[in-house]
Amino acid sequence: MAVNYFNYLRKEKMPHIWCAGCGHGMIVKSIIRAIDKLGWKNDEIALVSGIGCSSRTPGYLDFHTLHTTHGRALAFATGIKLAKPNLKVIVVGGDGDMMAIGGNHFIHACRRNIDMKLIVYNNNIYGMTGGQASPTTLTDAKATTAPYGFLEEPFDVCNMAIASGATFVGRALDLDVPLMDRVILESFKHKGFSVVDAWSQCPTYFGRFNKWGSASEMMERYKQIIYNIRQKDQLSEEEKKGKYPVGILHQIERNEFCERYQRLRDSLKEKEEAE
Amino acid sequence: MEMEEKRNIKFLSGNEACGEGAIIAGCRFFGGYPISPSSEIAEFMSKRLPLVGGTFIQMEDEIASIGAILGASLAGVKSMTATSGPGLSLMQENIGFGAMAEIPTVIVDVMRGGPSTGNPTGPSQSDVMAIRWGTHGDYPAVALCPESVNEVFLLTIEAFNIAEFLRTPVVLAMDEITAHMREKVELLKEKDVKIVNRKKPEKTPYLPYEYGEDLIPPLPGYGEGFRFHVTGLNHDKTGFPTNKSELMEEGNRRIMDKLDKNKDKVIRHEEFMTEDCDVLVVAFGSSARAAKRAVRNAREKGIKAGLFRPITLYPLSEKALQKAAGRAKKVIVPEMNLGQYILIVERVVGHGFPIVGINQVDGEPISPSKILSKIEE
Repeated sequence: MAVNYFNYLRKEKMPHIWCAGCGHGMIVKSIIRAIDKLGWKNDEIALVSGIGCSSRTPGYLDFHTLHTTHGRALAFATGIKLAKPNLKVIVVGGDGDMMAIGGNHFIHACRRNIDMKLIVYNNNIYGMTGGQASPTTLTDAKATTAPYGFLEEPFDVCNMAIASGATFVGRALDLDVPLMDRVILESFKHKGFSVVDAWSQCPTYFGRFNKWGSASEMMERYKQIIYNIRQKDQLSEEEKKGKYPVGILHQIERNEFCERYQRLRDSLKEKEEAE
Repeated sequence: MEMEEKRNIKFLSGNEACGEGAIIAGCRFFGGYPISPSSEIAEFMSKRLPLVGGTFIQMEDEIASIGAILGASLAGVKSMTATSGPGLSLMQENIGFGAMAEIPTVIVDVMRGGPSTGNPTGPSQSDVMAIRWGTHGDYPAVALCPESVNEVFLLTIEAFNIAEFLRTPVVLAMDEITAHMREKVELLKEKDVKIVNRKKPEKTPYLPYEYGEDLIPPLPGYGEGFRFHVTGLNHDKTGFPTNKSELMEEGNRRIMDKLDKNKDKVIRHEEFMTEDCDVLVVAFGSSARAAKRAVRNAREKGIKAGLFRPITLYPLSEKALQKAAGRAKKVIVPEMNLGQYILIVERVVGHGFPIVGINQVDGEPISPSKILSKIEE
């Protein structure tokens, strides 16, 4: 059955602020489809963001929504989830939000394994402030603060998440809608902290500065630097060099923090009653 | 014969009394980061909260700590953090978020010497301006300052009550002496203290920033059937961002006005021998105890000295202070910093007579004799 997006959108808040050709709206639709498929109720979802283009998402969705300060979405979300573990907590943010100013919260959220769903809208640039370089800007790419090309190495969101202990990690390009749908849906089904590196194009800044062309031309470019994780063994090291795998990259089971804390409360209570 | 209920008297440090007060006040979430001289509060909460169905979490830094307690409060759970100067500096941005989005929470600041790492284990009162003006923008600062361990217990409860009532972050400003000193405390039971809980909405559609006469909008918890949006951007009654000038002006003014309008329910101070005083000492926290002794000693010597102790540093009971200073020929402000609260005293009591500071930043408390000499001068 077709999804009725208006069951989840705050219609009166349209039109959104995102530029023509931006991929953020496609990610939002994948999020909605996953929620619809799982049958989550609007009232049981808390959606938390930081600051930036992607962080405007909560304004458009009819859940309990929180637009926090730059980089701090995961910190606020941690408080919400621990205070009310029954809420489904989804966190969205950009590459600047999660990999730069909020990097410390990102790695610790991965380590703690609290059942929250993080989606990083990764467009390799600071869009809201006018196209400055971000920690995922590709080496040599241009940005307003990297006019001669970015001299640094970018972070790989997924590698960072896996190394920090996230129990579900996936990546998809907005162009590949079925894969984006699958990765987000599976991340929502996962018990524990999940990270989805959702690639989105920014034709307004990244595309223009780097002469990557229109949104569709940018998607073609991004397609050249990815490979599906399912082809990992078929491709040679040479073919994979400098490319990013997409799909579900990592999923393990580990103690979830809220459950662990509840077990602690229960055991203390038992001990008290026994005394 | 009526059985008299046994009073629960304990010998505790200020930090422990703070934890006891928080639990009685209904705090069920603590997010914090270790920092001297406040760490015992986190340690206390880590032990106690899981026993009462609450949650303790040690966050990765102070920025995360304040984020977590604001999140927990939005989810409907009373929350608290504890820190000291360097941590308070890190929290400033989100203290502003709490004020702007009107989220009740309690921040305990056990003051140590600053700036920077300063003197982690010595007493100080160097944050009294940072508490008032630390975040950017205008915001309704509320700060309570206890002078004894028993008062730490009572004012911690009061800090929660004010936060819940006004829907705003409240600071409990202790100094290292009050935090680490051990004294007799009477731990009152929940039924024997006044507990205030935030006003909840009664009808839908709920507008998170729609207010009545008291200017304080009701606040439900996330997941309680009222879906709403919260942002640090200027917003209208619906909670969504606005850049309409008249609405921005209204919102920015209202968060200040709600404190001003309700300040009589918040303000507290103590006066000691002020009725006829020629010399008025204005002091707070542990310095006020030294000042009280100095005032007594001065009286013994025939000098009409008095003490005005603001218990709420902010808002200050300005009228009461003006009255107390009414016939004074001199006002003395001892504080463990280089002259911060004196600026407020000067503004409130005006000029025409000397207002002098006693300032000490050597990591030692201000002694009664030092204050007495100044009274005698």
